Amino acid sequence: MLQPYASTGLKIWHYTFLVIAGLGLVFLILPILVIIPLSFNSTSFLSYPLTGFSLRWYEEVFSSAVWGLAIKNSLLIGSASAFLATVLGTMAAMGLTRANFRGKAVVNAMLISPMIVPVIISALGLYFFFAEVGLNATYTGLILAHTALGAPFVVITVTATLQGFDHNLMRAASSLGANPWTVFFAVVLPLILPGVVSGALFAFATSFDEVVVVLFSAGPEQRTLPRQMFDGIKENITPAITVVATLLIMFALAMLGMLEYLRRRNERL
Amino acid sequence: MDQTAPITAPEGIADDISLKVKLRRAERKRKLHAMALIAPLFIFTLSIFIIPIGLMLWRSVDNPELITYMPRTVIEIQNWSGEGLPDDVVLGAMALDLREAYKAKKVAMVGKRLNYDVSGMRSLIMRTARKFNRQFPDQPNLDAFLKADKRWSDVKYWHAIKRASDSMTPFYILASIDRQVIDNGEIERVPENQAIYVNIFWRTLWIAGIVTLSCLLIGFPVAYLLANAPAKWANPLMICVLLPFWTSLMVRTSAWVVLLQKNGLINSTLQGVGVIDDPLTLLFARPGVYIGLVHILLPFVILPLYSVMKSISPIYVRAAESLGAHPAVAFIRVYLPQTLPGIGAGGILAFILAVGYYITPALIGGPKDQMLSYFIAYHADSTLNWGMASALGMMLLATTMILFSIYNRLTNATGVKMG
Repeated sequence: MLQPYASTGLKIWHYTFLVIAGLGLVFLILPILVIIPLSFNSTSFLSYPLTGFSLRWYEEVFSSAVWGLAIKNSLLIGSASAFLATVLGTMAAMGLTRANFRGKAVVNAMLISPMIVPVIISALGLYFFFAEVGLNATYTGLILAHTALGAPFVVITVTATLQGFDHNLMRAASSLGANPWTVFFAVVLPLILPGVVSGALFAFATSFDEVVVVLFSAGPEQRTLPRQMFDGIKENITPAITVVATLLIMFALAMLGMLEYLRRRNERL
Repeated sequence: MDQTAPITAPEGIADDISLKVKLRRAERKRKLHAMALIAPLFIFTLSIFIIPIGLMLWRSVDNPELITYMPRTVIEIQNWSGEGLPDDVVLGAMALDLREAYKAKKVAMVGKRLNYDVSGMRSLIMRTARKFNRQFPDQPNLDAFLKADKRWSDVKYWHAIKRASDSMTPFYILASIDRQVIDNGEIERVPENQAIYVNIFWRTLWIAGIVTLSCLLIGFPVAYLLANAPAKWANPLMICVLLPFWTSLMVRTSAWVVLLQKNGLINSTLQGVGVIDDPLTLLFARPGVYIGLVHILLPFVILPLYSVMKSISPIYVRAAESLGAHPAVAFIRVYLPQTLPGIGAGGILAFILAVGYYITPALIGGPKDQMLSYFIAYHADSTLNWGMASALGMMLLATTMILFSIYNRLTNATGVKMG
């Protein structure tokens, strides 16, 4: 980065730049690292220095019916909506890369719109709409809502993967007598799988992290993890929150690792 | 072999045309196939997303209360010129409507709607309706109304009823830009003490602007470091950007609540070092909102910038320097312009996301730090003024759409990708 013949002034500037960049990275990662040790604190104070090591807050979270329900709800709604979003989004991405037609740009914009519209507007629209059709405070309503919010991510990742896909492979398979289903499942899907899976992960993460729609449309039965955390932060932040936060950070690490693996696999292909 | 081919045409041409027809057919089949694949998601998004939002936005002009619960009055009051007080026909219709609305327990809806326009009108309507229900006047004329409540002699209440009698109203949209229709039909600014929404709009843009600028100032060096670090460093450094990006928003928000408290880590560190004597107020104040939003949006700026910087070949800067440019000049005039697409794309993306943010300001900010989204939620679930919530939603959506079309133009023209 720095030439050996650089002047002193340049060197100072260079290292200042590096320090700013380093501080930026610390700023990004520190809040996440700081919250983890607090979950092992033996008292309920959320400040350093720690008073002692204890797993009592983990015990509290794991034995609590409220957090248990929230974890179950988040996993259920997340996986159901990710599944639906992946099926619908992959189909749409196949269609979008297959042919050009009039109005394609408009259709594309519409399919992507749930990603752009501020979530408070989506949440309010869905809340009023669900009130009319009786879907507020139901699992179906939340799964449908999260499917709509997650599908654009699948469309984008799968479309990007299909860009490098050789369509002649499909023609070859068809000419050898494979029916469209076989062509898709035996030829196309294995090749675009990294894109499909990362789309599915994005959709799952979207649902898993979503709180505004849940805030408006969920009943007490459908409270999800972020919704439960929202209450905790708003009322009185307890070490239980830091336990859940730590678990969610581990979850994010796992997601990150999986995506990195998929990216590398995609690069090899 | 092909019946569509003209009989008189020579053999070669006929084949040619049939090939064209076949091609066109194949093309059409492909298009239909493509549309059939897109249709399920299209219909789904249309019915679970676009139409609900459209219906919500409709509420910003919808005006159903008086039409539904005061059906006679809305017809009769059309004949009132607006000069003097309405005649006995209007008053008779109104007395009847009020009594029936009271019996049906809907008069509160009417009162609430009229109260948005003229404050104090809820009590006027409720009181009159209650009295008419207890004893309906023999002659429902002005005297009867004045007996129920003296305020009916003020023409402004009758104007409010007339304004609320159309099936559509500009009321909420005008209110969202601090304007109102006054009795003579003209539009003017609302009184200073009620004018809040334009301020909130500017505040939203201001906060989003500060956050975007901070993201760019911090994000640029970070992206530069990531793009130019040696390979063995690049991956662990990248995790510092990607882990927060993938970590739940609520986790990051709760981390900041913990850090920013009065006796939180930031205050105790600063006090320990001796920079400050008394703890700073960071939580439930503007600094907290800035810090929280910058932390959440920084990856959205770093990732496109990184993608652009990764593709910039070092030879241009080298060429400039070998031609005698000072490194600073080479950086500013050769390197920086090449990163502009990334700065533009990342900056606008962060701005769009910041403008629509709800959760983090709601949890970290104080009453004076709330943005448009907060007031939309406030009207939707606290005051239940859904017309106002929708009008503010329209404002937010329009802002987002304009920004997004700029973003789209920028990224399409330059091909910047996220991540």
